Amino acid sequence: MTEQSTGEATQRVAARAQDLTKFYGKGEAEVRALDGVTVDLMTGEFTAIMGPSGSGKSTLMHCLAALDTPTAGEAVVDGTSLSRLKDKDLTTLRREKVGFVFQSFNLVPTLSAEENILLPLSLAGRKPDREWFDQVVDAVGLRPRLGHRPAQMSGGQQQRVACARALVSKPSIVFADEPTGNLDSTSSAEVLSFLRRSVDEFGQTVVMVTHDPVAASYTDRILFLADGKIVDELREPDRDAILDKMASLQDAAIAKVAG
Amino acid sequence: MLRLTWRNLLARKVRLMMSTLAIVLGIGFLSGVMTFSTGLNATFDNIVEGSTSDAMVRPEGDLQAANAGVSTTQFVTPADVDNLAALPEVEAAVGSVDGIGSFLLGKDDKLVGGQGAPTLAFNYAPVDNMQGDEILVLTEGRWPEKPGEVTLDTSSAERGAYEVGDTVTMIVPTAEPKRDFTLVGTADFNGGGTAGATLVLLDTEEAQEIFLDGEDAFTSVALTGAEGVSQTELADAARAVAPAGFTAVTGDKVVKETQDQIGQFLDVISIFLTTFAVIAIVVGAFIIFNTFSILVSQRVRESALLRALGASKKQVTRSVLVEAFLMALVGSTLGLLLGLGLSRLLAGLFRSFGLDIAGDVLTLTPFTIVAGYVVGVVVTMVAAFVPARRAAKVAPVAAMRDDLEVQEKSMGLRLVLGGVAMVIGTALAVLGLMGAPGTDAIWIGAGAVIWVITTAVLAPVVGHPVLVACRAVFGRLFGTPGLLAGENALRNPRRTGATASALMIGLAVVSAVGVLASSLSATNDKVVDDEFKSDFLVQMPTFQGFPAQFGDQMEAVDGVALVSRQQGTPVTVEVDGKPDQTFLSGVDQGFLDIYDLAMIDGNDQMSGHQAILNEGRADDLGARPGDTIDVAFPGGETIALEVVGVSEETPTTSGITVPLSVLRDAGVKRSDSSLSIMVEDGADRGAVKQDLEDVVKDLPILAVQDKEEFKELISGQVNQLLYVIYGLLALAVVIAVIGIVNTLGLSVLERTREIGLLRAVGLSRRKLRWMITLESVAIALLGAVLGMVVGLVIGVVLRESLKDDLTELALPLNGLGVFFVVAVIFGVLAAIVPAIRASRMKVLDAIATE
Repeated sequence: MTEQSTGEATQRVAARAQDLTKFYGKGEAEVRALDGVTVDLMTGEFTAIMGPSGSGKSTLMHCLAALDTPTAGEAVVDGTSLSRLKDKDLTTLRREKVGFVFQSFNLVPTLSAEENILLPLSLAGRKPDREWFDQVVDAVGLRPRLGHRPAQMSGGQQQRVACARALVSKPSIVFADEPTGNLDSTSSAEVLSFLRRSVDEFGQTVVMVTHDPVAASYTDRILFLADGKIVDELREPDRDAILDKMASLQDAAIAKVAG
Repeated sequence: MLRLTWRNLLARKVRLMMSTLAIVLGIGFLSGVMTFSTGLNATFDNIVEGSTSDAMVRPEGDLQAANAGVSTTQFVTPADVDNLAALPEVEAAVGSVDGIGSFLLGKDDKLVGGQGAPTLAFNYAPVDNMQGDEILVLTEGRWPEKPGEVTLDTSSAERGAYEVGDTVTMIVPTAEPKRDFTLVGTADFNGGGTAGATLVLLDTEEAQEIFLDGEDAFTSVALTGAEGVSQTELADAARAVAPAGFTAVTGDKVVKETQDQIGQFLDVISIFLTTFAVIAIVVGAFIIFNTFSILVSQRVRESALLRALGASKKQVTRSVLVEAFLMALVGSTLGLLLGLGLSRLLAGLFRSFGLDIAGDVLTLTPFTIVAGYVVGVVVTMVAAFVPARRAAKVAPVAAMRDDLEVQEKSMGLRLVLGGVAMVIGTALAVLGLMGAPGTDAIWIGAGAVIWVITTAVLAPVVGHPVLVACRAVFGRLFGTPGLLAGENALRNPRRTGATASALMIGLAVVSAVGVLASSLSATNDKVVDDEFKSDFLVQMPTFQGFPAQFGDQMEAVDGVALVSRQQGTPVTVEVDGKPDQTFLSGVDQGFLDIYDLAMIDGNDQMSGHQAILNEGRADDLGARPGDTIDVAFPGGETIALEVVGVSEETPTTSGITVPLSVLRDAGVKRSDSSLSIMVEDGADRGAVKQDLEDVVKDLPILAVQDKEEFKELISGQVNQLLYVIYGLLALAVVIAVIGIVNTLGLSVLERTREIGLLRAVGLSRRKLRWMITLESVAIALLGAVLGMVVGLVIGVVLRESLKDDLTELALPLNGLGVFFVVAVIFGVLAAIVPAIRASRMKVLDAIATE
């Protein structure tokens, strides 16, 4: 992917991390998953968060997506600071402003594809915008599968249903956590192309955690995390640049252990 | 493997605790019932053995006649007692005087002892029992020494709120029924307690005045044998000098007769209670089965790993079974302890009905302990066997696979087997109805058991429409959480079906009993409507006799047109060469005028020594109008009665109806057991009733009732029994609710990730709780609906088999509505803990769970 289309959007901040810090455990066992991360994620941008295992990339996403609470610092989504919200408001915020795509177990097994897609809306008691629903369903190419249950669909199809669900409520930001982690390369390409299109055609904001350079190459911007800190950033990346960056991060890690 | 089993138990202690609770409750109920029954028997044995002398001289005829306490005009004179005492075999002969119709009123002017256990009033005289101890022992004060003094049993004095020295009010069967006594002491039977009976010990002179119209005589004599004289020798010697109409029997015989008589009653109680214990255990077994099924399916990967590492199928099965065994041991132990407590609770319940059981006879016997463990272990192991086998069938390769669903067989086989069983059950019931040999109820009962079990097996299939309806209704009423709840209930039909079945069993019994009870009430109402032909009926709640002067006074009440008098007494007739106990009513002409008996043969005009038989009795005796039958009255008098007619059976007559004069001629002391009163045309019924009640104000327990009050009285008694049954079934329902809690808890755990996902995409905690609650309600409703349907069918079929007695069929529609609501409430209650647990799960933890 080489063509970029971020130019025309007046770049607003969709989500912001302000000195975000997260510790797990206490005393000797303390782990600093996030160590003062400050970053703005812009609207209409497809951002990837990369880094080795344990670098804090999932934690950063969970904190920004109101799934986890930081130890210190602030997470802001669509202008709302999450730190002061009660569980009920966080639930509403997740439902209205945030879309999710997880690595696996993305769908409710008892509901059909259509019901799964409409779940956030029906939980909110909102009427779906039919036109938008049709547009999304056609974009993911799932119209013939709408009546099927997850068990009757392939992994790629399930993941595309999850993408459609994430978009249908027109959230301010979509978080995707290793969305292609369990998929073969063809299915991966389908899912990633769809996410790319949602940014290009619908102006959606997408943040994706991944360790796959191929997946990251679909994005506009890559944030590299190591030891809970943002250590680097790439704009309009190509695959080689990504691989170089990752290799150098790996080297740094090895040097640290050796030293 | 054993260590692994042990680790498994510890790791899942919360989950196992719930199904252990099912064993604890089931075994607790069983051992509680057994302990209580043993205690009940022991109580009566102690009393009977402790209160019987070496031998006694009593009126001829068997125990029931002697015990019916019908006052007779035949006495033992003091000279007779002296003759007995003079025998060389006799060490002591003590005359006793007793009779019926005495009641103790408490300080609040209410009857002490209620309508359960009897009031035994007799003269106090020191008598030794068979062990050589005094029959009665003082607990406080002294014995009565002169008229106006009384000694009561300890518990009755307490219940009446009397202290020694207080003035005690009693109803006695004399012209002036209300009489005051001074309480001089309290006493108990040597065997301990009185089992709820009220003991009234009087001075001999006063007892003779009350029961024998002041005659210096006795109604029976207690004998103590001389040193080295056997009971038989004693009784034989005494029989030789006993006055006419009296005989002597050994103490052993009296004990045996009494125990047999009480034994029937005790057996009924014990069978009744055991039935509910069995129901509770069956329900418990369902829950154990279900818990192990779920645990096994959640442990598929572990089982597969074990198999991959070289464990044999047998080892995997055994590890599950050992787990069940350990659980059963713990559960049975706790259950036995609970049973001990429960038996005291039951004793308390029976005490409130007037049946006193001393706490010290309520102990766990070795038999109860063994039975508790055996039942607990066997039921648990059997219930765990199928899931254990399923665990072993997991292929080793499943350890490496992602999809961890246990492959379950299709429902086809289940349907076929269930259908066949259903047909067999129905065939049995039909055979029963068509009069197959043996009792109808046994055939129908067997059919009913098969129906219930089959419904449980088929619940996943036949319950489907109910669950689909729940989904639709919940979805409409509660939106997405409702829809999800309906889907969740539908996603694992076996699990939902088995969980609901536990509740289904309880509700099936409840509904079947409900049909019988409402049919009984409807039948009673109809019978009362048809047969209650007088304006008022005057009876004791105990149906005992009451002094005749009340009837005399009522005749004088303004507006009363007619007072018909009836007096009942037990008599003995000969059927097929054997003595047969039956009941005889002495009636006046007014009775025949009011009730206008429907005659099948002959007529109802009788006088002198003539009798009307009802159809059943006439068949038994093979008697027709013109024939003569011999009837032996209590007290030994036998009178030949000429049969003048045969009537249809009605509730107002007994087998033999005679003019009142026959009873007088037979020496039966005059009293009334029932008065039927007609009011003059145009009289103010309310005022007449008030005047009639004024007549009996000294005997407040003697009720003057009109038709509606009489109906209420009867339906009140039916309902009382019904509530006791519902109370006992409540335990089975509680166990079933625990089953729902258990299943939901396990399901929530299993669906951790799904719940996390739902929370992530915007399901609020409140709606999550709703979702789980509604799933619980769906399970409860399924159990309720299936139970009610099966129960109604069973109830209707049972009623059909009893249609001679239960002529009306009535469905307990209000009751069913209540059960339905109660099921919903139980569903909500069962969901509380699982719902809270689910809503406390952190969204992220839930998603991150692998």
